[in-house]
Amino acid sequence: MAYALAPFVSASFGGEFFSVLVLGLVLSVILGYLLEWLFFSYLYKREHLQQVLMTYGLILVFEELRSLLIGDDVHGVNIPPILDVSIPLNDMMTYPLYRIFISSVCLLLCIGMWFVFTRTRLGMMIRAGSTNREMVQSLGIDITLLYRVVFAAGVALAAFAGMISAPISSVYPGMGDGVLIVCFVIVIIGGVGSIKGAMMAALLIGLVDTFGKLLLPQVAGVLVYVLMALILLWRPRGLFKV
Amino acid sequence: MKTDILLSCKNLTRRWDGIIAVNDVSLQLERGSVHAVIGTNGAGKSTLINLLSGEVEPSSGRVELLGQDVSNWNQSRRARSGLGRSYQRNTIYPCFTVLENCRLSAQAQHQTPWSIWRDAQKDTTSLGIAREAAHQVGLDDLLECQAGFLSHGQKRQLEIAMCLSTSPKILLLDEPLAGMGAEETERMLNLLERLRANHAILLVEHDMDAVFRIAQRITVMVNGVVIASGTAEQVRTNSQVRTAYLGEHG
Amino acid sequence: MRYQKLFIALAFGLLAFWPFISGSYGTDLVSKIMIYALFALSLELLVGTTGLVCFGQAAFFGIGAYSVVLLSPSDTSASVIWISLAEAILLAGVFALLVGSLALRTQGIYFIMVTLAFSQMAYYVIHDTPFGGGTDGIYMYVKPSWGVIDLDKPAHMYGFIWVSLLAGFLFLSQLLRSPFGRALAGIKVNEQRMIASGFSVYPYKLAAFSLSGALAGWAGYLFAVKDGFVNPELLGWHLSGTVLVMIILGGLGHIRGAIVGAFAFALLQEFFQSEIVFGTFAKHWHLGLGLTIIACVAFMPNGLVTVPRQFMERLSGRSFNKSSQPLGEQS
Repeated sequence: MAYALAPFVSASFGGEFFSVLVLGLVLSVILGYLLEWLFFSYLYKREHLQQVLMTYGLILVFEELRSLLIGDDVHGVNIPPILDVSIPLNDMMTYPLYRIFISSVCLLLCIGMWFVFTRTRLGMMIRAGSTNREMVQSLGIDITLLYRVVFAAGVALAAFAGMISAPISSVYPGMGDGVLIVCFVIVIIGGVGSIKGAMMAALLIGLVDTFGKLLLPQVAGVLVYVLMALILLWRPRGLFKV
Repeated sequence: MKTDILLSCKNLTRRWDGIIAVNDVSLQLERGSVHAVIGTNGAGKSTLINLLSGEVEPSSGRVELLGQDVSNWNQSRRARSGLGRSYQRNTIYPCFTVLENCRLSAQAQHQTPWSIWRDAQKDTTSLGIAREAAHQVGLDDLLECQAGFLSHGQKRQLEIAMCLSTSPKILLLDEPLAGMGAEETERMLNLLERLRANHAILLVEHDMDAVFRIAQRITVMVNGVVIASGTAEQVRTNSQVRTAYLGEHG
Repeated sequence: MRYQKLFIALAFGLLAFWPFISGSYGTDLVSKIMIYALFALSLELLVGTTGLVCFGQAAFFGIGAYSVVLLSPSDTSASVIWISLAEAILLAGVFALLVGSLALRTQGIYFIMVTLAFSQMAYYVIHDTPFGGGTDGIYMYVKPSWGVIDLDKPAHMYGFIWVSLLAGFLFLSQLLRSPFGRALAGIKVNEQRMIASGFSVYPYKLAAFSLSGALAGWAGYLFAVKDGFVNPELLGWHLSGTVLVMIILGGLGHIRGAIVGAFAFALLQEFFQSEIVFGTFAKHWHLGLGLTIIACVAFMPNGLVTVPRQFMERLSGRSFNKSSQPLGEQS
């Protein structure tokens, strides 16, 4: 949802790429914070599936609001001029710098996330809070704020991903759809709670998907799911346990 | 009187990533006797029960149930063959009534999943066993009460009743007295005395007075190893045990 | 408990009379909703009763639907109702048995995703291979019949759907009362305790999974016969998600919750899509539906069917939880 929305918002703002990026990040953090506060904070005590239902309702509302406020047109976003060059690989082929930019930024973010989760106190609190909420609370840590921050960070990351991918895929209604399920698949294959796992899984899925489309086009769509089924049957808790 | 050994284990060992939770433990449970296992926290007592009940696989060693080697049997199969266990934490079904808690447990020994036309909660067999079990622990007045609303002591009683409802020959009881007041403890100990006649009971407990009162045999574990095993008197006077665990209690 | 039985009796009675008081559009709409209700019942058996959240229920629905189209006689004569229905139920059930035998080796969120994976595989087989007719779907020109019952006639179709829903509901109600059903309820609440008591839980879960798939296949059969058209989206994850939303909305752990949820969701969708009420804004019906769902989650934590009880508790000021009725069994 955030993935799809952010590019729309940034596309309609136009303007210089990097400042829009920053603005978008700030907005998405605020949005995430508000969302958690208004819609999810009281659901933790209830059955998990209530959160699913709430998310479903929110997706419907957000998609429709987007349609109302910004319209259903497909937008293009321009690559910022400094990055809009191609790097020559050899005599015949070149590779767009922007894609290298995306890869490096994502890699940096991953390393940053891994660092925060495993090496900082905040990361420690987050990991503890996910396994034993009450214990963390009784240790004096404000778990509600923690959950809110994590939620906001998640929204911001998704929005960021949407924004930097906007120039290479166009911005269209429903662009979040295709990514949604794959994201779940990646987290599951990697093992819930493992950043290393998510990274490995993302790489694996990316490779399988791309080469699948190239080598076995008839079954390309289903390869990802076959992969997930195989991995889960081999390791029922994902590749890396936490 | 010939004592029959209902459950025994030989050289039972369980390793977790470098820690040996249970190290070469052998013991026997006989009908008509309460065998207590005591030890400090982390001594491996709960792991031992998990190994005996089948919840955890041993790294080595064997478990014999009624003379048969059941080391490869999973927990539900051992339970169907007469091995009952109660847990340290409450594993009752909070949203069912006390009666239903016991009846469902009794159903495990009389499973007829194909009889879809029958109303399970009117099944006389499982109901009869359930009522008897509830009566034995003293919960007759609370049969229709929702289990989640019982007091802690009553929940512990229900835990035992559910174990009894499976008509076990062997009872593995993990700290049944935990959190109980004096009156409830008294009632539970009287119950265990009554049950002793026809069952073999393994009792993991911290309450030393209770242990010395009702146990015929005591095994003492420290860090996964058995440091003493014998009659209550033998254990009480064992110097190693005194230093390691009993302190002033001996 | 009496009120619940009365409610169900009234509901089915009203549904039986509906075709006589509504026009063809209304009859068609309620036909469709009843099919969804049967579909929702199949998922309720897994999610609400056994605690197995399946995100691939549409695959069984779609298989049931496609089977009646693909297996109808090539000489364009009408297939026999009972045979084609049995085929649909059997195929869907067998697929569920296969998927379940593998998926039940996982638990929790992983189980949810494995069920999704397998349903997506079925989806892609139908979507991308010539076997299933591809994205355009397949038409069914001759509907099944048997004796005087001809499912081509809307009235007969409505009646057949009504009977199917009633049969499904009664079957599930009795199943939940039976020893098998009580075991499923126990597995949902505390699987470890069930194992410790002596139940082998895997066979019970697999049986529930297969039954659920078979029932979903029945619903799919009805859908295909009613519309005369099947397309791959009948196996898609969107539909799996929709039916899950329906039963959560209605209330998990109650069979009538599945029916109530299906009707509530479908009627809300109709309402927000109606141009009579909303004019041109009706094309943004997702908004109204989404807002209503958010409100339902916020104010009705246990689903629509628990609203009367919530209301009564507020009025009388006391909790109804100490009743003698074990809460694990509710129809």
